[in-house]
Amino acid sequence: MNPAPLVAVVGNPNAGKSALFNALTGARQKVGNYPGVTVERKTGRTALADGRPVELVDLPGAYGLDPSSPDEAVTRDVLTGRFAGERKPDGLLIVLDASNLDNHLRFALQLLGLGLPTVVALNMIDMARRDGLDVSADLLSIELGVPVFETVAVRRKGMDELRAGLQQQLLHAKPVARPEPDNLAREARRIAAASIVRETPVRRWSHRLDRFLLHPLAGPLILAAIMFVMFQAVFAWSEAPIGWIESGMAALADMITGALPQGALRSLLVDGVIGGVGSVVVFLPQILILFLFILLLEGTGYMVRAAFLMDRLMSRAGLSGRAFIPLLSSFACAVPGIMATRTIDNEKDRLTTILVAPLMTCSARLPVYTLIIAAFIPHRDILPGVNLQGAVMFGLYLAGIVGALGAALLLRKTVARGASSFFMMELPKYQLPAFKDVALGLWQRAIIFLKRAGGIIMLTTVALWALASFPQAGPGQKQSEVSIAGKIASGIEVVVKPIGFNHDIALALLPSMAAREVAVSAIATVYAIDQSDEAQAEQTLAQRLGGSWPLPTALAFLAWFVFAPQCISTIAVTRRETNGWKWPLFMVGYLFALAYIAAGLTYWTAVALGL
Amino acid sequence: MTAVPSASTFALPLDELRLGRRARIEIVDWTALEASEACRLRHFGFDEGVMVEPLHSGPVGRDPLAVRVGRMTVAIRRTHARAVRVVPAA
Repeated sequence: MNPAPLVAVVGNPNAGKSALFNALTGARQKVGNYPGVTVERKTGRTALADGRPVELVDLPGAYGLDPSSPDEAVTRDVLTGRFAGERKPDGLLIVLDASNLDNHLRFALQLLGLGLPTVVALNMIDMARRDGLDVSADLLSIELGVPVFETVAVRRKGMDELRAGLQQQLLHAKPVARPEPDNLAREARRIAAASIVRETPVRRWSHRLDRFLLHPLAGPLILAAIMFVMFQAVFAWSEAPIGWIESGMAALADMITGALPQGALRSLLVDGVIGGVGSVVVFLPQILILFLFILLLEGTGYMVRAAFLMDRLMSRAGLSGRAFIPLLSSFACAVPGIMATRTIDNEKDRLTTILVAPLMTCSARLPVYTLIIAAFIPHRDILPGVNLQGAVMFGLYLAGIVGALGAALLLRKTVARGASSFFMMELPKYQLPAFKDVALGLWQRAIIFLKRAGGIIMLTTVALWALASFPQAGPGQKQSEVSIAGKIASGIEVVVKPIGFNHDIALALLPSMAAREVAVSAIATVYAIDQSDEAQAEQTLAQRLGGSWPLPTALAFLAWFVFAPQCISTIAVTRRETNGWKWPLFMVGYLFALAYIAAGLTYWTAVALGL
Repeated sequence: MTAVPSASTFALPLDELRLGRRARIEIVDWTALEASEACRLRHFGFDEGVMVEPLHSGPVGRDPLAVRVGRMTVAIRRTHARAVRVVPAA
């Protein structure tokens, strides 16, 4: 049996390609307004009019077959059959923004030169008409020589006609490669003009909004306010759901404690699985709130405006405004942040952004910061309305940002020296993101996080539990020192003792190489195993830490986590995005060096101040 | 200083055009741009005869510029806008 024909969905950024792909396949995929949201290979299936299946591949948005970013190179290579591991498409589905034909037809003309069976979706026709621009699909079809269908992908309109047209083209068309005109852009403008039936000038929505949002004074203030509300929300809105998860975990632990006899299995389940994984799952609400904001900022088209406002400042650090978007995403997680750098055209710009992205305070650091702050920083107001705990948290975020900008500046002068950055971006029209698309994006994030908690975090926690539980300590001995993990930690302790780290921290550092938040579950597991009498069991983890670590040690631990590159996934994605081990190793090296120095400076200063 | 071929006396660089003033591109000095920059500008539709209009400028040093070109709005830095010579529409 032949495989289902492969149809590539192609078009310019902001043509609504991802939404169309979703509408046809029902695939769970993020739809954004920021050019280049489609950075991963996405495929899905749809049925033609007669029920025959076709496979659709959603290619990264591009302006042409002459690529100027890594993203666009993927698109070209797949379309010309030169992309390893992807078969050459059997047909094309070209997506055009009806209100931007003169620009989008340029790429479309190049695509018609490939000589593949093709249909064209004249997308977002409703928005064009609202803006006083009426385009005729029939006239455009005559000009292009291929079928053209009106679609409104976000409303799932025009999909049946598109499927029928696709079937017709795939089965019966004898396509001929359209000779490429001498001047692509001019020919594109001619065809656009020939297809436009009527045009009434109206002042556009987006322009009016931009008057405020890009205003030299109001613009930056609004951006700062949005950032403030975002970080405020991460903490304020998450309190209640975190409480529910905590009580759920406690109830589960009680249930197992009641049902199982004292022994290794009970210890594994309660201390290892629930204690370890539970202490991480608690952070799901905060991560989802952060991603909700990022999805909304991307979906509405505001994210690119933020890049516009930030460009000049970022250029001081040798970056471009474009880097703002990956770096903001890195507050949630450096992995999607690093993947989002694919839309940065300048190679050295991109490399620098990748190397500093792990310095942005990702959500995996939250568990560590929250625990240590709760244990050591008094909950009191230093100024009216400003809590000391909140101020320390803010300071840690700030340290990450300052560290990233400083590192970028240094890297641009040394290893990533090269042509100065440039900033050229399309400012898409503002639009209200579809609720369905935002909900899908959040759902994907939740699944990814829970899989991580259930996979890598569970595995390392359970492995640590085993290493920390055996061999069993004799009377008068401490389990965390006698066990295998304790022995390994004693080795690490030698290296980290000068910067004030104790045996507990040394023990937590090793498993938290897999993922930062494991540091918390590791400490939790070790204390759970260590605790002997019932009185101690009543204490929370924060209370226990507060009683046993000196303050300078705790502060040094925080400083360490601002910089330390403790995340396997980040290292892996850096290797993939830079095509080799050179840069991920460099990144790990320079970040560990920074972490060691920062922790050391913090510890020695704190000790000198008598804290 | 390199002479821009056949620039009319009325032409001025795009970065000197007042915000909100429409103009027609007379010529783009592609040689003043890096290959990748020129490529991106072409993709955005910068070309002789196309209408442009600077709409907004950034908060620091009035950089970058948001320019309407054809039917879309793009952000470019002033240094690159300088390579585009325009004649203001009457």
